[in-house]
Amino acid sequence: MPEIFILIPGRTAKQGCGISEGKYGESYQSEINTLQVAPEDMQRLGLAEADRVRLKSEWGQIDVAIRPAKDGELPPGLLFIAYGDLSSRLMGGDTHGSGMPTSKGIDVTMVKIRSAINGGAPS
Amino acid sequence: MSTIPHPPARTAGAPPIAAGKAKPTSSPAPAADPDLKIIQDATCTFCGCVCDDIDLTVKGHTITEAKRACVLGKAWFLNHEVEEGPSCLIEGRPATVDEGIERAAQILTQARYPQVYGLSDSPCEAQRKAVAIADWIGGNIDTTTSVCHGPSGMAFQGVGEVTCTLGEVLNRGDMIIFWGSNPAESHPRHFTKYSLMPKGQFVPNGRKDRTCVIVDVRRTKSAKAADIFIQIKPRKDFEALWTLRALARGVQLDGDLVEAETGTSLAKWQELMDKMKASKFGMIFFGMGLTMTRGKHCNSEALLALTRDMNAHTRFVAKPNRGHGNVTGADNVVAWSTGYPFGVNLSRGYPRFNPGEYTTSDTLARGEADAALIIASDPAGNFSQPARNHLAKIPYIALDPKETMTTRGATVAFKVATYGINTGGTVYRMDDVPIPLRPAFDSPHPSDFDVLSKLEKRVKEIKGLSAVGHRLSASK
Repeated sequence: MPEIFILIPGRTAKQGCGISEGKYGESYQSEINTLQVAPEDMQRLGLAEADRVRLKSEWGQIDVAIRPAKDGELPPGLLFIAYGDLSSRLMGGDTHGSGMPTSKGIDVTMVKIRSAINGGAPS
Repeated sequence: MSTIPHPPARTAGAPPIAAGKAKPTSSPAPAADPDLKIIQDATCTFCGCVCDDIDLTVKGHTITEAKRACVLGKAWFLNHEVEEGPSCLIEGRPATVDEGIERAAQILTQARYPQVYGLSDSPCEAQRKAVAIADWIGGNIDTTTSVCHGPSGMAFQGVGEVTCTLGEVLNRGDMIIFWGSNPAESHPRHFTKYSLMPKGQFVPNGRKDRTCVIVDVRRTKSAKAADIFIQIKPRKDFEALWTLRALARGVQLDGDLVEAETGTSLAKWQELMDKMKASKFGMIFFGMGLTMTRGKHCNSEALLALTRDMNAHTRFVAKPNRGHGNVTGADNVVAWSTGYPFGVNLSRGYPRFNPGEYTTSDTLARGEADAALIIASDPAGNFSQPARNHLAKIPYIALDPKETMTTRGATVAFKVATYGINTGGTVYRMDDVPIPLRPAFDSPHPSDFDVLSKLEKRVKEIKGLSAVGHRLSASK
């Protein structure tokens, strides 16, 4: 049974700059396609920077590269990703009468699918 | 080429401490280069801070320097270039603007349940046109507020908003709380221009006279600025805010339960409440950590109610930190046009407000909207997958200065001039203060105001309406 994490999509300065540089530019695309994981969780799960993991929510799934969160930004159990195409794929369509889909605090499972070392062999 | 007039001089928007420096808005650069000019006090429209003190150095169609701009503002100005290519594409093929207007008008007038959406990166003058179009076609008018602080808009209606301008925060605020907001990354000049660092009339020592509190589920980059950082459990904002409401009223609480629910000890909450009560002017800026998380409008309502409660002890105010440059203007324009700030249906000839029913995420995800007019936003890139799937199936019109997933999929895509850089107009800062735009240079592309004005005219012709909106047949 995969472990459940809580995903917090949010803004970053790099993502904001990337919007002005162009959403199809490298800066924006790299930022919204990288998941931040607490270093403690990475160590516990045997994950390394640039490994690819599969996140699944009740509504969708994505494959994404990871990097460790800096400066204690994330407590264990919490994941962070810059808002964008990937994070939106994990949101449900229901807004619970508010107009706002639940876009933060999404329950997800995380499974490693590809290692950055060993030639990127699937796990 | 915008038809919106530009202001001749700085007229509004600066907090009092910065208000006395009237300067000409543009002047030739000291250098001999005739192509070089300086735009003084230009307005940055990237985020809701809407900083209107940026000096731009402009050479031809390039901005080479943006003095005083933050990292986001520099990216906004310095990356701006006149986009090449046609101003209009119909189904991906180049077309004239007039051909695009005709096709767009046909789509919107033939739709049974059209959705007009976006607007937070458009000036108020263009927003007003979009509301008018929604009215003529009997559609829904909604803005990116619905996926931003829409829940806070609902909470305002529930408990009210005790608030103030950023100028008051600058001059009075001695207890500054950020809840679920990360201005260090989303509003980089917030601390230095408005809320923490400036020396104000009643806080003459600036940062030394202010206490900064950050409440968040993660230790964001903003936390480094905090005197007190409180890390709460994810999805427990409501419980944390009601803990503070109880403490504000002197209600006895179970310490074990508080810590189990919020992740923070009762003693720490009590310490914070004591400091809040002891302050002279408290301010809570709140972000989408509240509105996007389970609870949504209930979270915002709890924060606004806490703010209201605190006024039994001292002066306390609150304000959402707004993201886009004119999302606050969109709230204002839609509200003074229809009576409601977003999520408004106009199909019966009078406005009806119902978030969850008329909001764009819902009408798309449920497969209800059969056409859309999308202005300056990217729902194909950041809406839920069911909403994006439906948007891909219906005809829609998109206006944007840049290529996005939304413009790529549009039936009619208009490439428009960039507001604030190429066009004038009015935007509202996050504290509802209107600020004029001072553009740097013209664009070969029409402004969204121009496109929407033509579209409104054509829609009215098709619907058989006179210039003032009466049915032509009835007025004869």
